[in-house]
Amino acid sequence: MSWLKNVIPPKIKRIVGSEKKRVPDGVWHKCSSCQTTLYNSDLEKNLYVCPKCDHHHRLPARERLKLLFDSIGQREIFTDILPKDPLRFVDSKPYDEKLKEAQDKHKTADALIVINGKIESLNITAAAFEFSFMGGSMGSVVGEKFVRAIDYAIENKTPFLCFSASGGARMQEGLFSLMQMAKTSAALTKLSKEKIPFISILTDPTMGGVSASFAMLGDIIIAEPNALIGFAGPRVIEQTVREKLPTGFQRAEFLLEHGAIDFIVDRREMRKSLVNIISKLHK
Amino acid sequence: MKLHYLEFEKPLQQLASKVEELESAHRDNPKLNISKEVKQLQNKTDDLLHQIYDELTPWQISQVSRHPQRPYTSDYIEHIFTNFQELHGDRAFADDPAIIGGLAEFEGQPVMVLGQQKGRDTKERQYRNFGMPRPEGYRKALRLFHLAEKFNLPLITLIDTPGAYPGIGAEERGQSEAIARNLYAMSELKTPSIGVVIGEGGSGGALALGVVDHLMMLQYSTYSVISPEGCASILYKDAKKADIAAESLGITADHLKKVGLADEVIPEPLGGAHRNIDTIMESVRQSLIKQLSRLKKQPIDILLSTRYQRLMSYGEFQS
Repeated sequence: MSWLKNVIPPKIKRIVGSEKKRVPDGVWHKCSSCQTTLYNSDLEKNLYVCPKCDHHHRLPARERLKLLFDSIGQREIFTDILPKDPLRFVDSKPYDEKLKEAQDKHKTADALIVINGKIESLNITAAAFEFSFMGGSMGSVVGEKFVRAIDYAIENKTPFLCFSASGGARMQEGLFSLMQMAKTSAALTKLSKEKIPFISILTDPTMGGVSASFAMLGDIIIAEPNALIGFAGPRVIEQTVREKLPTGFQRAEFLLEHGAIDFIVDRREMRKSLVNIISKLHK
Repeated sequence: MKLHYLEFEKPLQQLASKVEELESAHRDNPKLNISKEVKQLQNKTDDLLHQIYDELTPWQISQVSRHPQRPYTSDYIEHIFTNFQELHGDRAFADDPAIIGGLAEFEGQPVMVLGQQKGRDTKERQYRNFGMPRPEGYRKALRLFHLAEKFNLPLITLIDTPGAYPGIGAEERGQSEAIARNLYAMSELKTPSIGVVIGEGGSGGALALGVVDHLMMLQYSTYSVISPEGCASILYKDAKKADIAAESLGITADHLKKVGLADEVIPEPLGGAHRNIDTIMESVRQSLIKQLSRLKKQPIDILLSTRYQRLMSYGEFQS
């Protein structure tokens, strides 16, 4: 029995596969938490937080950053870094086909989006994971873009933010993926020497190799309410320890209680909260 | 100790039991001349061993890397190092027996050596948690990294783990943060570091001791983002397809050397490290001598910038 089974936990995999938790394209949306039927436009205005039960729906990466930044002056950067298939990996289908499908569907080269822009006149570089792109898994492109975003932040003296949403390392790239944990963590040492703040925002879900590298290395670590955050996935832990997991296990509130994160903030307050912190850390 | 045979080594076991039968017959009747037959069987065994080990599949290598008689971290410490003083505890919560480490001498020079520790028998396996560290194990390691840096001791890590432990307490105490912190700290540690994958390099739990200036892998060790079984059960929906997963994931020392993720492959004795402990210890010792002297000559800023560049070079993408 190995914890490794859980780099993308079965539960997360199930959710990736299902459409209902993704931000919907139709007119109506049924909240997956309280089952209330909502107008999509209302949900969007509320940053995809259910107005009835405050459930935070998952958000595509670009959408998230678009909503975070001032509408003028946003620029997506490092869009020309494309994945390879170094192992010619085949599972249900060849990895390069899977990549192509995901790229077409999500209009992005891989699972990390980097945008430079302004939040209330503060120049910021922010990365966000596209969870729908192969479970937000971290392979070579994610690692490289993360590092380049850091270099960009250093060059332009901007704070660096990362919104994580990932099942962990991308199995299809083998050990190259694992090494992205070391690469991204090492790049943060450089940012730290420049005294540029790194704020890590953990969203649902942040697991495995992403959680066990840069995501837990923020100068400030923030989580969205009820986000699943952990190293091993709940099912693997349950199978290993043969116990029922406590209620709320590996949720943001559980991490806060155990001292693993700085605070939890409602998505509708995120922008305000980030400005408040950054204005104190970054001069 | 009686040799343990892996599933694909069964034909060797049959030959060995024939030899045993002959020897037992010889004991009963000392006049019986068995030398010719024994010699024949031994030649046959050698040929077969060559045959099997020349064509090991990645899944078979994975089994050799987990062989129950394979030398573990404590064996390397005992054979290659002298005056080892184990250092315990993370100073915050507990001592984790799944990682051992401490001060030692290597070829007369003081060093810091540490690694994941598996157990030999049922009781010890449980005590060592099958070599699966908890956060306090990684935090003990972190403490020893910093001690090594402070007192200018080269750092040698021995890697052998199925992975970091997936438990309730481990999550409560921040397994992710403990691993992440080690990656960060090792990447900027101001002392030369060498890692040796001696058995199983199980994902993040292995990497947390693996960010080094020079990474060696024993010939039949593995290093993988996920265990073959784990990968098979997730991607192929069938843990029994571990052989296919092992092949697909590129987990062997030879492959990883080829793609630049391992720096050196240390050849093992025919049939695996456990068949000749003295030989493997000598090989590891020689490689350590060579690499330590090379790394110690480098000024610290060069060492650190080389390490950083290496880390940044990891990855395969188009740009």
